[in-house]
Amino acid sequence: MKRIRFWGTRGSLPVALTASAVRTKLIAALRGAAGRTFATDHEIETYVDGLGMAVSGTYGGHSPCVEIETGGSEYVLCDLGTGVRPFAQKALARHGPASPQTYHIFMSHVHWDHIMGFPFFTPAYIPGNRIRIYGGHAVLEEAFRRQQAAPSFPVDFEALGANIEFVRLEPGEKHDVAGLQVRLMLQHHSGDSYGYRFTSADKTVIYSTDSEHTLTDLSETQRFVDFFRDADVVIFDAMYSLADAISIRADWGHSSNIVGVELCQMAGARHLCLFHHEPVNSDEAIARLLAETRRFEEISRRGKPLYVSAAYDGMEIDL
Amino acid sequence: MEFSSRKFADVVVASPVGQIDHPNAQELERALAPLLNEAIRSKTAVVLDFAGVEYISSMGLRVLMVAAKQMRGQSLRIAVAALRPLVEEIFDIARFRHVLEVFPSVRAALQEVSAPALAAYDVTAR
Repeated sequence: MKRIRFWGTRGSLPVALTASAVRTKLIAALRGAAGRTFATDHEIETYVDGLGMAVSGTYGGHSPCVEIETGGSEYVLCDLGTGVRPFAQKALARHGPASPQTYHIFMSHVHWDHIMGFPFFTPAYIPGNRIRIYGGHAVLEEAFRRQQAAPSFPVDFEALGANIEFVRLEPGEKHDVAGLQVRLMLQHHSGDSYGYRFTSADKTVIYSTDSEHTLTDLSETQRFVDFFRDADVVIFDAMYSLADAISIRADWGHSSNIVGVELCQMAGARHLCLFHHEPVNSDEAIARLLAETRRFEEISRRGKPLYVSAAYDGMEIDL
Repeated sequence: MEFSSRKFADVVVASPVGQIDHPNAQELERALAPLLNEAIRSKTAVVLDFAGVEYISSMGLRVLMVAAKQMRGQSLRIAVAALRPLVEEIFDIARFRHVLEVFPSVRAALQEVSAPALAAYDVTAR
């Protein structure tokens, strides 16, 4: 594996940056620049790049879609949230519509935010493309067909031109796909979800989203620690604070930054990537969450340091 | 982890000492269970004196959340007092001030929770 690229990182519902949020960012940037002079564009860019995500950027608003670049010619994706639309645009711009491609897509589950990008996934409409959708759910195919059926969408699933296959995977078994070894694990979420462990010759990536940790059973914690063991990157559902995840939002099927740090530390993972951001969280709130998570990692560290990042639409992690 | 408790009038002050990490969280849960049952039976409040707690993990915080839920379900008060700076940071990052009342000291907690308990506490502190 060469790289992870995030196309959609928001949980539950896509969101867009508002005009007032852009205005707030501009004011903060101009306030910081007061009294300074910039002789070149490079100096301006350096200043802007130093402002941090909350001011100079945005974590984005597409719902989950993550690309794993294997180094091979076939595409590997996790989930089909709205982030798959910009992914498809880039893939089509690269290859053109006349060059058939293969897309391997691993589904955490089939809740709406994780499948809603598929009707806008242009490669599905183009004959010659091969799309294999993998998952642990018996209802995998039904969910995609139902989403495109009238009156929800004008183009029925049957009208899609690509060769689309659904592949049911068994938890615990090893599956070889696109040069990767893939294992999946059942997670606690309404209607079930599955976490994935992708392994290549020298790298391991975990995709564990929409997964609640009830903290009632040490053996359940150990099951995740074993699954995350020695991973290079763990993409982790950190939607809520710990207090929310285990009290007012218990049984909502999500986890927290604190549990992410603890599991990664116990597993000896190297990089925790906070994912599936709460849609009501502003860029400032996510940046604060990241800073707090890094501080918690320092406080709770018992062995080697764990690097912590917060995923944003467009972020790349080189492996 | 060590655990002790004392009663001041109508408030029980429980004092865990050490690290409340994943394995010790169950120990804390077991230690708290009879104390909470007794507090509910006798309609008394509980103050957790955290002066001796060096660290608390998510599982430990969950034990506190369950205790808070249990007490509040009976309209009884439960509070945490005397957090060490590091544990206080963990409380803030976990947003646990929304779950439990936090006071800078046991005395400050008793002052808020019960005048008779505060008087009894001040007598023993003399």
